[in-house]
Amino acid sequence: MKRHLLSTADLSADDATLILDTAAELARIADRPIKKLPTLRGRTVVNLFFEDSTRTRISFETAAKRLSADVINFSAKGSSVSKGESLKDTALTLEAMGADAVVVRHWASGGAYRLAHAGWIRSAVVNAGDGTHEHPTQALLDAYTLRSRLGSLEGRRVGIVGDVLHSRVARSNVHLLATLGAEVTLVAPPTLMPFAVDTWPCSYSYELDPVLPKLDAVMMLRVQRERMDQAFFPTEREYSRRYGLHAKRMAALPEHAVVMHPGPMNRGLEISAEVADSTRSTITEQVTNGVSVRMAVLYLLLGGSEPAIGTENEEGAK
Amino acid sequence: MNDGNWTIRGARILGGDVRDLHVSDGVFAAEAPAGARVVEADGLIALPGLVDLHTHLREPGREDAETVATGSRAAAAGGYTAVHAMANTDPVADTAGVVEQVWRLGREAGYCDVQPVGAVTVGIAGERLAELGAMADSAARVRVFSDDGHCVSDAALMRRALEYVKAFGGVVAQHAQEPRLTEGAQMNEGEVSSVLGLRGWPAVAEEAIIARDVLLAAHTGSRLHVCHLSTAGSVELVRWAKSKGFPVTAEVTPHHLLLTDDLVRGYDPVYKVNPPLRTQADVEAVRQGLADGTIDVVATDHAPHPVEAKDCEWAVAAMGMLGLETALSVVQHTMVDTGLLDWSGVADRMSVRAAQIGSLDGHGRPLEPGEPANLVLLDPAASRVIEPGALHSRSRNTPFAGLKLPGAVHATFLRGTATVLDGKVIDR
Repeated sequence: MKRHLLSTADLSADDATLILDTAAELARIADRPIKKLPTLRGRTVVNLFFEDSTRTRISFETAAKRLSADVINFSAKGSSVSKGESLKDTALTLEAMGADAVVVRHWASGGAYRLAHAGWIRSAVVNAGDGTHEHPTQALLDAYTLRSRLGSLEGRRVGIVGDVLHSRVARSNVHLLATLGAEVTLVAPPTLMPFAVDTWPCSYSYELDPVLPKLDAVMMLRVQRERMDQAFFPTEREYSRRYGLHAKRMAALPEHAVVMHPGPMNRGLEISAEVADSTRSTITEQVTNGVSVRMAVLYLLLGGSEPAIGTENEEGAK
Repeated sequence: MNDGNWTIRGARILGGDVRDLHVSDGVFAAEAPAGARVVEADGLIALPGLVDLHTHLREPGREDAETVATGSRAAAAGGYTAVHAMANTDPVADTAGVVEQVWRLGREAGYCDVQPVGAVTVGIAGERLAELGAMADSAARVRVFSDDGHCVSDAALMRRALEYVKAFGGVVAQHAQEPRLTEGAQMNEGEVSSVLGLRGWPAVAEEAIIARDVLLAAHTGSRLHVCHLSTAGSVELVRWAKSKGFPVTAEVTPHHLLLTDDLVRGYDPVYKVNPPLRTQADVEAVRQGLADGTIDVVATDHAPHPVEAKDCEWAVAAMGMLGLETALSVVQHTMVDTGLLDWSGVADRMSVRAAQIGSLDGHGRPLEPGEPANLVLLDPAASRVIEPGALHSRSRNTPFAGLKLPGAVHATFLRGTATVLDGKVIDR
């Protein structure tokens, strides 16, 4: 595997499968009374967040702590970052403190790539979401969830619905799901479909209803309410009517199909409460899986070649 | 020894016939003057000193990025004998006082003629006309007006500006960028922007303004100059306007002749520029447009920025690239070595027409007795790897770093005075 996780486009099928398999292995410790492994003892993981995201941060924090890493949370709010300190100077500070891995959330597309490649730091960089570019661990946890619900991803049909244009989740999922052999269909109004989407490894549609009956999974994206003010769509009601997933639409899905959402949801806009809380919804499962997948990523980037979890016997022998 | 007396032996004039050039008291002479210094120019090409229509010298206001002195040194090193200093300084060059200051600084530095460009609107804010007449009548004799960096997007204001400058033979140089279509734009809107998640700067935002402006130029009968056009569609529009006989000229930058938006994939802000790097199809189209004369000139849009403005995230980085010291090499590489343009064509696009558009007397003239001795000697057989640290600009933001480019400036003469000799800038 590479030294950083910046984009799912960088992952081969073997890399991605290794992460998912490792995550499955690591997920087993969640069932133990003591949910902690000594694997990353003495290593320091910095959560560097230039944009608020409590959910993603605590998921990474939990993952790192379960691997016994020391965790430092560095948030743009209330730190020197908001006083005008540059990404570079922040990076040099972290380098001087000896961070082994930096988990970075940045409002600018390419923020993580820059941190990894500008020559400011030597640590491994994990992209926890950069602008409207990518959010690779979200895609990995989505793939993990799909795999556990549907078995293999090969040939499975996944719909991604909503504000694809501004979605880092969609970009990461398109690359990863294509790499793992799934067929992705993007669904969005033309105003929220990326330019040149026909060059992406997926198909696309401006209508949701004809797509639904063919899907094994449908992933609903969060729609920012301010997009309405920017004239991407006329009203929330119209958006919801054309692209929202409500109970009647859910009935058009095949029996086995699942409903996903990366969160946080706008209940009543892109997804109705009834759908979000249904048994087909994997939304809370996705959160749980997020911790395992992030443990796997940190382990593989920092842990080296040894198995992620020793057997019970080996541990007993130590 | 008279510094103004030279014999340049054996240069190929505009890349053609080999002939000796004689310089006496700042002008070309028919015969060798007494006590002339000799420059052996075997294998070198002689062109009229280059003229840049689009240079950011940053002074006053951003002397940490460039000064008139450092920028005009860089210009001389690149073979230029005249540059047009853009108006977006701090304070903006929107009064006679500021343009005269820049003009005077240029004269004091002495490396090339620094011809200030005046702002079209007060503070380049796009709201009301600056005192264009006062700038035209000042010692700086401003003839080119531009809000470069900003588009004069208000159609009525643009019309008035075009009309008004007719009184003193001026030209409005438009930065064509429809503002509403480019809010927060980070790079060319296309396949790459969509994958990178960077807000797109669509070609239509440039073309829509050019289409409007060429029609305004026709309607008012005033001269329009299109700055740094970058798309295939823009070339088509200018070609159409010229076919109708509209009074329109256009420029392209060296970077738009060579680089594409594919380079943005690494998020390195050295490739961030406005208008943005476009696609390979656009590169082909602007080369073709320059070759057939649709595009009149190569202008550098030399835009120095301090290190910290580029050593950061893409979104917060400044837009712009250095250009003065690499322009001739890029043009040789993209136009001459590809057979699209011969050296007399290079003289036309990098000197003659630029001087005409800028109404600069004494530049872009034939290398004939009696004409001012503004001259560049270049070695087309040389090649060099571009090193940011070796440039004369105060800044380092060249997008050509590490590239091997052909050609090297051997000497530059400004009215018979050598500003560059043996490839080295002469301290003044």
